This record gives sequence, C-alpha cells and structure tokens, in this order.
Amino acid sequence: MIPEETIHDALAEIFADVFLRDDIPISNELSARDVKGWDSFKQIEIIMATEERFAVKLTSAELDGLRNLGDLVRIVAERGRI
Amino acid sequence: MSDRPCLHWLPPRPDDWRTRLKALSERGASAESWTEAIGLANHDLDFTATNALAGVVGRVFTAEALPFVESRPERLAVLSSSTTSHLLPGLVVGALRRGIRLTAQENDYGLYRESLTEDGGWLADFRPTSVLFALDTRHLARGATDCRTRADAEALIDRTLVGLRALWARARDRFAAKVLQQTPIPCLPRLMGSNEHRNPASAAALVARMNVRIREIADEDGVDLVALDDRVARDGLSAWYDVAFWLKAKQEIALPAAPMFGDLVARILAARQGRSAKCLVLDLDNTLWGGVVGDEGPLGVALGEGSALGEAFLSVQAYARDLRRRGVVLAVCSKNDEEIARSVFRENPDMVLKESDISCFVANWTDKATNLREIARRLNLGIDSLVFLDDNPFERGLVRRELPMVFVPELPAAPEGYVAALADSGCFEATTLTEEDLARVEYYRADRPSLDIPIEATDLEGHLADLQMVLTWGHIDEKTLARTTQLINKTNQFNLTTRRHGEEEVRALAVDPHSLCLWFRLADRYGDHGLIAVVIARKSPSEAEVFEVDTWLMSCRVLGRRVEQAVLEVLVAAVRAKGGRVLHGIYRRTAKNDMVHDLYGRLGFETVAEEPGEIRSRLGLSEFDTFSPPIVVREVVG
Repeated sequence: MIPEETIHDALAEIFADVFLRDDIPISNELSARDVKGWDSFKQIEIIMATEERFAVKLTSAELDGLRNLGDLVRIVAERGRI
Repeated sequence: MSDRPCLHWLPPRPDDWRTRLKALSERGASAESWTEAIGLANHDLDFTATNALAGVVGRVFTAEALPFVESRPERLAVLSSSTTSHLLPGLVVGALRRGIRLTAQENDYGLYRESLTEDGGWLADFRPTSVLFALDTRHLARGATDCRTRADAEALIDRTLVGLRALWARARDRFAAKVLQQTPIPCLPRLMGSNEHRNPASAAALVARMNVRIREIADEDGVDLVALDDRVARDGLSAWYDVAFWLKAKQEIALPAAPMFGDLVARILAARQGRSAKCLVLDLDNTLWGGVVGDEGPLGVALGEGSALGEAFLSVQAYARDLRRRGVVLAVCSKNDEEIARSVFRENPDMVLKESDISCFVANWTDKATNLREIARRLNLGIDSLVFLDDNPFERGLVRRELPMVFVPELPAAPEGYVAALADSGCFEATTLTEEDLARVEYYRADRPSLDIPIEATDLEGHLADLQMVLTWGHIDEKTLARTTQLINKTNQFNLTTRRHGEEEVRALAVDPHSLCLWFRLADRYGDHGLIAVVIARKSPSEAEVFEVDTWLMSCRVLGRRVEQAVLEVLVAAVRAKGGRVLHGIYRRTAKNDMVHDLYGRLGFETVAEEPGEIRSRLGLSEFDTFSPPIVVREVVG
C-alpha cells in the first residue's frame, strides 16, 4: 500500500502542472465541481499523469466509477508502484 | 500508464521550466517572448507540459499576425471521426519548435464531412491553411467484417478511398489548403493470425491493405501523409493506443502520444514552408569514429567491421552518406589540427565518408559557434538550416545557447543511438524529393563517380560478376596487427582451427621467415566490407617443402561469393614463392564451425586422415588448378 500522503503530494504536483496553479487544496473529496477548468479533458490528463507516475492502469469500469479524487487515490494506494 | 513515445532527440525539461513558463505567461507578445516560447518548446515535453505551454502561447500570442515571426502562420483544421481535442496542444507546440505560430480547430464530434460541405460554418470562418484528416481506424474500416470475398474487400477500399479523395479535393478547392492525411493505426484484433490477409472479412487486414493503397493515391493527389502506422511500428501500439481511453473518451491516439503526434504533423508543415534543415554539420572524434585521432592516430580510432563499437560509428557515417545522396549537405566542425583531422579520411580504409563528401571542412581550435557561423557563410546557407551533431554535451550546450536557431540533437552516451536521434528528430523532413535537392548534391559534390548502377543480374554467377568484387591482401604488419588479432579472436563460424593467437604471437609469426601471415579485405560496388579474412601458414618443421595452414578464418558477411577460392589462390602463390610444394589443411571441429568441415574437400584437397574432432587434408600444389572466381585480386605492399 502506498501511503495516502505520498499520493496526495504527487497529485499536488500533477494539479500544479495541469492547471498551472499551486493553490489547489488536494483532498479525497475534491472533484471536478471544485476546480475551475476541470473538464473531461483535464480529467483524462489527471488520470493519465497519475497512471504514469505510479505505474498503474485503470480499468474501464474504474474509469466509469470515478466520483472524486479519493476514488483515484484508493486505486493507486492498492495497485500503484513508487 | 504507457511508455510514451519520447522526443528523445530533445534535451530533458530543466528544473526551472515551469517557473519560466509562468514568467512567460505574464509577459506580452514580443520578439523576446516568442524566442523564449520556442526555447521552452525545445525540450522532451510530456503531455502535461505540452498542454500547459500551448495554453500559455495561446494567451500571450493572440494576434493573427505577429510582426516578429518570419514564418507564415498556420491555421490547421483537424477533421476527425473521433476525439481530437487532446491532440491540438501538441500541434501548437510542435509548430512552435519550428518557429511557426499555429492555431488549430476541430469539428464537432463526428461531423467532419458536414464541416466540409455545409455552407458557411466554422471552417469558412476559420479559413484553414492546412487541413488534416484524422479519421480513426474503425471508421475507415467500417463494413469490413461484412465482406465475403477479397473482391468485396477491394471494392470496399475503393469506395472508401473515392470518398476520401472527394473530401481532399473539397478541402483544397474550397480553402486552397494543404491537405494532410493520417494513416490508420493497426489497432484492430486479428481473426486468423499471421496470415490474416487471407480472410476477406478481416478489418485488420483491410486496414493493412488500405495503408498500401492510400500511399498510392496520396502521391497522385499531392496529399502529404502523416505515417502513424510507421511510427506505431517503431514505438509499439501500446505507446500510441490505450483501449480504456478509446472506450471512455473515443481518443484513438492516447494522450501520452499527443506530443509526438503534434511533432510529426508540424514537421510536415515546416517542410512545406521550406523550413527543414539542409546541412548536417558533423563533429569528428567520438561522433564519426571512436576515440581521439590526435591520441590514437588515423588507424587507431574505433571504426569499421570487427567490433560492435567500430560498426556503430560506421552506421553513423553510412547514414550521413545516405542523407547526402538525398540532398543534405555535409560539413565538418571539429576541434583538431586540420591535417590530423583529415588524416583519418585519407589513411583509414574503413572510412565510409570521403573528403569529397564534405562540402565544408572546418577543423581548428576556435569555438564551435563561431565555426558554425563560418560554415553557414561559406556554404551560403541560412544558419537556421544547420543541424549540429556532436557527442560532447559541452559543445551541444554552447551551440544551443549561442545559436538557438541551429538544431542540436541530444545524443545518448552510446554511438549506436546517434542515427535514431537524427532520424527520429525529423529535422530533415521532406515531403518530396525535388530536382532542387538532387541539384544541391551535384552543386556541392567534388569529383565522385556515380555508384548507382542498376542491378540486372539474375543468375548467381552473373550476380557475382556484377558485384565487381575487389580482394586486396597483404602481409600482416604493425598497421594491420591489431585488427587481424581481433578477428582471429572473435571469429567462430568460418574458422578452420579456432586457434586463438594473441597480438605478440601474431607479431612473432609475422616476422618469422618460415611463416605466412596474410590479411584480406573485400570491397564491392555496394561498399567496403573491411577486413574479412586472415590466413596463417607455417612451414612444417618435419617435412620438406610442406606448409601447414595454422589458421584460416573469414567473416560470414562474404560467404557464398567464391571469396574462399580467391583466398586459396593467393595462399598457393605465396607458399610457392617460399618454395613450398604441398599444403596441409586441418579442420578442427568446435561447437560452431561445422559450416567449414568440408571446405578443404570443396577446394580440391584430398582427405588423408579423419577422426571425430579433426580432418586432415592435403593439396599438392603441382596439381592445383585455379578457380578463376570473378574477383579482382590486388596485393598491397606494406
């Protein structure tokens, strides 16, 4: 299991790259509603950057089931590699 | 997760990249900020960095006409049957790398045909200068699985291509736009396997066939292809295609491949604007050969057949030579004394590149940026048409800083990667081979006879005769000692005795009047094969007028060309000259040399003793009849 904190730190960097902002508060509850410009394309960018960072691949069912950042964090914690 | 197709010829993103991007986002449009944007683009950017840079460029450089940009702006319409929004930033950044301001727009999902045919509409407002047809593979192969016969499948391809040509014509006629067509990627599953093409209802086979046909009609219609099928073959399908994101978002080209996709398209647009490079400037030491000629001497540098390292440098030279034949001017820029630098070209027989291939030869101790300016001036070429190939990170960094308009490919530490860095970078991208390209070669050529003789041989003998083989040979001496010893110790297959001799032993044999130590090189119309054979024969200590073949080995590259017959003729003459009348040959079996177990028999020796691990043979030289193979033999006297 990768510690949640490690994943949050990595997501903070990914969000800073994707949105060119470093003031987005990363939490498991964060979702597209909370961040201006978080559309379906940014969504895929975030997922793929996370996949690369933690060498993990989301299944089609997991892609369908993502509701917030926590869903992504849990998958990475279970199957990701540092 | 994927192995993204890296832009490995560009340096990695530096630590301050994001800070610089933020600084750029706060500046206005100016010549300086444009140069800075190009500088930021010229790194191996992943999709996140690419998207961020494209976003900033879009906000900073809003005006259509930018007075400080000398290239023509490109308005690229991407017409597609699936999702392409994620590809647009890569296109912007790819063009930026080449100094072109590109804006891109795409059709509403799936409505590419309607976009072209509707009155007015977004395309009319956009006034594209280029139109890219990015139709996905499934769309192009629709209906394939209903085909019952091969004729059905061909007819389906015909109909699809007729439709495609109508769209191309429409784009060109309506907007006077350049037309680009992406080739479909092989992402469909096979139903049979390797012989898929025998199944008329296979979509995978239909796509493969379409990729052949599309090239033919694109040539006829003057349409430029974006050869994704070729790139996928190099990077692997998984680098380009991610089935989960196809299902989720109908992105046929996966986001990690978007930067490469954009670069592939942008280099074609740049080539069409005449912005591809025209001249390859080569460093020498550790770029064209291994080692430093000033230290190792012209014959001591690593180059040529016989070692993997030497062959790696050969391949760099061969690629440069082939580029030259295609119209790329070659120049040399080296920190060396000129005479020493030129000595390798003049004295090392393994050099593929000749002095006459080099249109401008600069070797001195001045800094390379100054020398590159001088090369551009002497050749009367724009400095931005130079590409500078140098193994030394210091020199690369200097030139990138001093002359940002010169393309300097990032090179891996090992020379076997140099060719891929040049080839993958697309710096010499060309969409056609023009008269002008070929004239450029003529213009810069020295006095080199053409080697392009068409092959007309059909039978083996005729083929061998047409090869125009030249076998040169000599007695091993100090100059040839190192290379021959190397071959003696690495040849396993065509090796009669597999006796490994060290350099000292070979040196002793070479000066022994009772021994013959011979080396052989072979060249033919296709080039020089380098050192290909070594033969050592020694006078028998017990029997008068008898010589024993101690060592005979040959490179497998030259098998099946009757070279062994020519070698034997040379050996027989040399033995005769030393008063010998009989030759003894021994075959000593190893795990790898079965291919020559009957060599002596084939050459007319008679077997005198046969044991499991050894065959002894004998040849009376008075009965020896020449074979007269179609090979010119020349002796080189020390």
